[in-house]
Amino acid sequence: MNRKVMCWIGAVAFAALVGGCGGGQSQPTGQEQPAAASAAKKTVDMSTVGSISGTIKLDGTAPKYRPINMSADPYCVKANHGGVLPQEVVTGDGNTLANVVVYVKTGAEDYSFPTPTDSVTLDQKGCMYVPHVVALMVGQTLSVVNSDDTTHNIHPTPADNREWNKSQPPKAPPITDSFARPEVAIPVKCNVHPWMKSYIAVMANPYYAVTDTDGKFDLKNLPPGTYTIEAWQEKYGTQDQTVTIGNKEDKTGVDFTFKAGS
Amino acid sequence: MREAGNLNLHRFAVFTAFCTFLLLIAGALVTSNQAGLSIPDWPLAYGSAFPPMVGGIRWEWSHRLAAGTVSILTLMLAGWIWFRESRQWLRILGIIAFLLVIAQALLGSFTVKTFLDPPVSAAHATLAEIFFMTTIAIAVFTSSWWTSNEPQLRDEESPKLRTLTTWTSAIILVQIVLGAAFRHNAFGIIPHLIGAVVVTAMVFWVVLAVAVRFRKVKALRTPARYLEILLGAQLILGGFAYMAVLSAKNSIQPTPSYVIITVAHVAVGALTFAASVYLTLRCFRLLAPSGAVSAAVEAPRGVVS
Repeated sequence: MNRKVMCWIGAVAFAALVGGCGGGQSQPTGQEQPAAASAAKKTVDMSTVGSISGTIKLDGTAPKYRPINMSADPYCVKANHGGVLPQEVVTGDGNTLANVVVYVKTGAEDYSFPTPTDSVTLDQKGCMYVPHVVALMVGQTLSVVNSDDTTHNIHPTPADNREWNKSQPPKAPPITDSFARPEVAIPVKCNVHPWMKSYIAVMANPYYAVTDTDGKFDLKNLPPGTYTIEAWQEKYGTQDQTVTIGNKEDKTGVDFTFKAGS
Repeated sequence: MREAGNLNLHRFAVFTAFCTFLLLIAGALVTSNQAGLSIPDWPLAYGSAFPPMVGGIRWEWSHRLAAGTVSILTLMLAGWIWFRESRQWLRILGIIAFLLVIAQALLGSFTVKTFLDPPVSAAHATLAEIFFMTTIAIAVFTSSWWTSNEPQLRDEESPKLRTLTTWTSAIILVQIVLGAAFRHNAFGIIPHLIGAVVVTAMVFWVVLAVAVRFRKVKALRTPARYLEILLGAQLILGGFAYMAVLSAKNSIQPTPSYVIITVAHVAVGALTFAASVYLTLRCFRLLAPSGAVSAAVEAPRGVVS
């Protein structure tokens, strides 16, 4: 009798371990409707729109990086003569910062925006993600291509969206997917080549930009109003500014400066 | 005189335990190289049995190959014990070992399917140690020493060494769970540090108890000495491993030193657990249970078929 009870206890404990561990977190299915969609929302009157522009800079010295050791895959070594530096912090002339996502965080919630029909491409080239940071809208198609002659896996690790992990051998067709919820920013990694890291910023509205090495951004076609503008950088985090624009106003000089030590 | 068949069975059990240790190292290499999801599919790898051997795929595929090999070895061991052994409980232990390795393989597939969900990964690392302990136990139980007519000794002190070593092994296992949970980001380092203090205290208590109570019993002194040395090495490695983890936070990818130190910490941790389990089993074989009347009892623990 006791033996039987012990067996049942053991079986239940093991089932709880296996079942409980796997079911701890419910994952969004990716099929949900975009959160921004709502019938009651306004459309933007294009005769009143203005813009907000500025520059992102780094205060201080950018970290010094060594070339990435790609010896884990001979193809990657061959594809990058002279070595490649990590793209965690990329600066231009005048310490301007690249790969910063600048976007309207709040203030545009009352408007509805169609989901863009064109896709955003994330390439794997020379065993690096190109571009390092991509931005797209909720529901917009992300197309991941492999230009390399080696195998990659693409593994976004979102907090608020559905996680996935897919392999992509050389010459394989593009992998397409979309994200159901806004999220800045989703880390993407390749577990085959652990140095390969990228970020996907998923936006609720079309007012966003990813800076190039000149650090400049320009958020166009904004209706008059007061907005929280956020700048996100993968190492230095986020900064916010509240900006108000009037009818057809082009507000310039909305600059952000990240401290190198932060 | 011992039959050749049983000696071979013991040797095979030792070989299986050794291969399990290598499998633990292979698993640790996967984690340290951040290669756990380099093969998104399971049980196949990129839709085939032989994926391209580049980058993280090499670590993950080698781990899967080693796991498959150990599963086959365990099946063979369980079958061998089933048909060769007369001790019913040992036959059942062989079956349990096989069920454990199957459960471990399934848990391994869950780690892939749940994208290395921390509790699943920590459970995978923990079950690996429990399976390792089972293979060690089988190796001990199939040894000629276990089935010899060596007399049992009385343990006059309290707590009994049997109890003390059992608790020490259990606490080391808990400490390994805490380490695995930290390594797989289930929670922070503090519980693992507290565990290290408790394990150190328990091991010193055991070593002291063996030295005081059974100074001349080599069968206990030797494994206690190994346990002491392994714990010392593990504490030093733990310090280095934590520094390596902190340093890795700023690295673009795992460095060779990070991989070597963290894998060594996992490996020596497993050996420390093995030494403790070994000592515990020896205590159970050599020391009479509490309440035994005779000081030296002729008590063979198994019957060689």
